[in-house]
This record gives sequence, C-alpha cells and structure tokens, in this order.
Amino acid sequence: MIRFTTVRLVEIAAMLVLMSFVIYALIGLMPGDPIDLMLGADPHLTAADVARLKLLYGVDRPLLERYLAWAQAALQGDLGYSRLFLTPVAATLLPRLGNSLILMGSSFVLAFAASLGLGIAAARRPLSRFDGAINLACFAGVSLPTFWLALILILVFAEGLGWLPASGMGGGEAGDLGDRLRHLVLPVATLTIVNTGGYTRYVRAAMRDALGQDHIRTARAKGAGEGRIIWHHALRSAMVPVATILALSFGTLVSGALVTEEMFAYPGMGKLIFDAVMGNDFNLALAALLLATAVTMFANLAADLAYAWLDPRVKYS
Amino acid sequence: MRFPALLLAVIAAVSLAGPLVAHFLGADPATVDLLHRFAGPSLAHPLGTDELGRDILLRLMEGGRVSLTIGIAAALAAAAAGTAVGLTAGYVGGWTDRVLMRLADGMIALPLLPLLIVLAALDLHKIGVSRAFADSPGISLVRIVVLTVLVVWTTAARLVRGATLVTKRRDFVRAAQSLGAGVPHILWRHVLPNVMAPLVVATTLSVGDIILLESVLSFLGLGVQPPLASWGSMLSNAEELISSSPLLAVYPGVMIFLTVIACNLLGDALLRRFDPREPGRV
Repeated sequence: MIRFTTVRLVEIAAMLVLMSFVIYALIGLMPGDPIDLMLGADPHLTAADVARLKLLYGVDRPLLERYLAWAQAALQGDLGYSRLFLTPVAATLLPRLGNSLILMGSSFVLAFAASLGLGIAAARRPLSRFDGAINLACFAGVSLPTFWLALILILVFAEGLGWLPASGMGGGEAGDLGDRLRHLVLPVATLTIVNTGGYTRYVRAAMRDALGQDHIRTARAKGAGEGRIIWHHALRSAMVPVATILALSFGTLVSGALVTEEMFAYPGMGKLIFDAVMGNDFNLALAALLLATAVTMFANLAADLAYAWLDPRVKYS
Repeated sequence: MRFPALLLAVIAAVSLAGPLVAHFLGADPATVDLLHRFAGPSLAHPLGTDELGRDILLRLMEGGRVSLTIGIAAALAAAAAGTAVGLTAGYVGGWTDRVLMRLADGMIALPLLPLLIVLAALDLHKIGVSRAFADSPGISLVRIVVLTVLVVWTTAARLVRGATLVTKRRDFVRAAQSLGAGVPHILWRHVLPNVMAPLVVATTLSVGDIILLESVLSFLGLGVQPPLASWGSMLSNAEELISSSPLLAVYPGVMIFLTVIACNLLGDALLRRFDPREPGRV
C-alpha cells in the first residue's frame, strides 16, 4: 500500500511536470501576443520600447528556454503577475479556490444525499413503476445542458419571480452572510440538479448488485429487519463503487463548475480559468490550469485508495 | 427502444427538411432583417424572428443539422480511433499495451473542459495552418470534431482492448491461427464481431455527450462560428436578451435536451437488449 502510494505520487509529479510544459506551450499558441496587448493599452509606446519589452520578457527566446525560466521562478513560489487583476497570481487564486470549494461542496453534499435516498428507494423495488420514473428522471438529469438549466432558473427565479439574485457572490463589504447565502441558492441548485442524476444511477446500480448478494440472503434468513439489511449490510458493499465515483467527481472541484460559475458570474476557479484564457492572462491561466490538473490527479489517487480501504479484498502491490 | 429512436428520427428528419422549408419561406437561416426583429410567430416566420430578424425555425433546423452531424461524425471517428488503439493494445500486448492504456487512463486524470477551452481557442495560424484555412467558416466544425475525438476515444479503446484480450485466447481464434489465418483476418472476422455490441452501445451514448460538449463550447463562443447556426450559440445570444425575449432561450435548450436524452435512452435500450444480465425492459 505504501509502495503503491509512493509510486503513484512520483507518477503524479512526473505528469504535472509534463502537463506544465504542454500547457505552457499551448498558452503560447493562443491568439494575441503579450507585447501587442501592452502596445494596445498604451499607444505612446515606441518601436524602441517594444524591442526593449520583448527583451525584458524574453518573448523571442526559444520555447524550452522560456519554459525553464518560468518553471524555475514557479518552483521558488513566483507565479508571476496577473494581467487582468493586477495582483500576484497566487493572491488571486487562493480566494477563488475557497469560493469554488463552498459552491461545489454544498451542491455535492445535497446531490449525494438526494441520490442516496432516490437510488436506494429505486433499488428496493427494481422494475417497478417508481424505479422506471427514477431512471427516466436520472436520464433527464444527465441530458440537461448545465448552462441552459442555469438560464431557465435565472429566467424563472430571478427575472420572473424576482426571489433570488441572478449573479455575483453578494455579501458586500460587510460580508453579510444572508446575502451570500441567497446568492448561492441558484448556482448550488443548478449543480445539484445536474449531478444528482448521474450519482443516483451509480447508487441504484450498486445497491441492486449489493442486494442480490449471498450475505444479504443470509441476513434475511436470519430474520434481520429491512432497515438493518439496507443500511448495515447492503449499503456497506454498495459504498465501494459509489465512493470511487465520488472521489473522482471531487477531481472536478476546481474546474467542474466552470459553466455554472460563468453563468452566475460567481467568482470561483472555473470562471477564473475561463476569464484568464479568454483575456490573454497567460500567467494566471497557466497557474490555474495546473492547479486544476493537480487536484484532478490527487482525486484519482484518493479514489484508488478509498477503493482499497473500503473493500478488504482489493490489494495494491 | 422505439420511443427514443422515433424521437431521434423526427429530430433528424425535421432538421434535414430545413433547406426545403427555407425555400418555401423564401429566406435562409442567415438572412438578417433588421426591420423585423423580435417578430412574433407568423406565416412567414412560424416561430418568429431573433434579435437580428433571422427566422428562428430555420436557425433551429440548421442547428439540428450541425449538432447531429458533429455528434455522429465525432462519435464514429472516436469509435474508429478507439477500436484501432484497443485492437493494437489487446492483440500486441506487452509494452505497446501498457503505453497505450496509460495514455487512455491519463486522459481521465485531466480537467477536460478547461483544456478543451484552451485547445478551442488556439490560433491555428500559429501552428502553421494557412490564414485563409484557419479563418474559414467550416473549420470550426472540423475543430470541434477533432477536439471531441481527443476526449471520447478512450471508452472505445478500453472496451475493445478488454474484448480482444479475452477473445484472442479463445479456441476458435487459436484454430484460425493454426490454420494460418493472418492477423488482420483474425482481428476483423473473429475479434471485432465479439465486441460489436458494447461498442455500438458506447458509441450511441457518446453521441449525446458530444452534442452536449459541442453546445457548451458553442455557447462559450468557442464552437460553431457564425454565420452557421448552432443550438449552443443561439443560446449564448439569447442569454443577454433573457428578460425581453425569454422564448429565444427556451427553444434551442429544449432541442439540445430532447436530442441528448433520446441518444442516452437509445443507448440504454440497446444495452438492455444486448446484455443478457440486464432485465429486458425494452
């Protein structure tokens, strides 16, 4: 187990180095040129200034040389300056990461609770009309375009009924908690509705497998009550595949809410990545994309470890 | 199984009838008519017009052709690419297998949407594509197909590899080998038929995923480019007008939803039909 974890950690480190280079190279292929952007922002720059700036930022040096210079600075904690926000990159990233964590965390808890209830209820009456309805609703959930659901929720609850704010994070200077919560309702609802369908399908399938196993029949034969069978015996083995899926979906924490955050102008990591890429903020886009990659990889490792921890039959060597 | 197949057939037929309807209405999806913006339904414009006076029905039909073409083309291309990788990995084995499957596993461990956004925003001119080609309107379709294939191929690759590993040890394959059958013959005649059923299911399901992905990218302005209409890009125009003309935002979304759920239900129905362990409730 320790060996497995160590090997995987080394692999993740290697993948991150590789990805940092790939992303660095890709960002260089985006439309626009940092010097042209400065030129656009300040028309007083002369040709001599442009040449000096090119030398200063080293844009004419070979790709590998520029990457190594960036990597050396990054390893010393210097991720550069954000062009859009005019702050050091790290100072921009961290609060955004917190905002995403709040948004994703709360919708994750709600979607998981709902899918546990719905999935178990459906698995207990396989092929019933109720099961069929849940199945259809799940398909509807996974087929909903997130951005469209967000639009419709804004249309109904913000534009039409005027109950809830449509965009931003709220709170103001004073950090009013009630206002912040009100701003969270629509984005959290969007993510919860979209994710519940997929989760429920996993819970339902896992529970149905679990309820068909021998030890459940034994428990029934020994006269265990239905509640004990579901919650104590079946859920334990059903949790193995479900935990894997949940850990994997944790990997989308940083970027999974990109569309939702964009729709509700919620200042999280997803919106940050999109804005940085679209706004030619190379330093910020690079750091944010790498952070997203790292989180996804660690979540994958966590999924593997959870699998082994929950199912004593699984051994990594 | 009948209902989703029928729904898909209707959506496809209506989308394909677009040019015919356009002929009768005497307009095309890109015709701008600034004197008749936001018009209500009428004989000339059965669903009314959008913010530039373009006919909404015709644009929805063109969006359907674009989305279905991208969805089916990319799903087939991804299935073909995945099958090639899966057959190679499964049949050759050893290091080839290990490298190819590590690649497939590595794909899941990436934040795909943000990376796709970067790839979709790349300036093709900077990677040596000529300016004229990089800016031509059709290139946005090719770009989306290529991008989605990059993401979707892994499912087919994993399926085909697994089936190849199992099948190549079966007696009938050994018999064919000992009779002197070549590798292409064995793969094509003996291995591939055994993986066809799950491959068809996975490909059907992937059509829905691809259409969703296309609509997201088009919505963000990185997918299908004007003058071509796409359900996703229609929604991104509608977003700003949501308070004044909400219907503009309703139609394209309903179309995406119906198309994607039809693909998913069809895939699920095929799965039940092919998989003997699933209770038949077709």
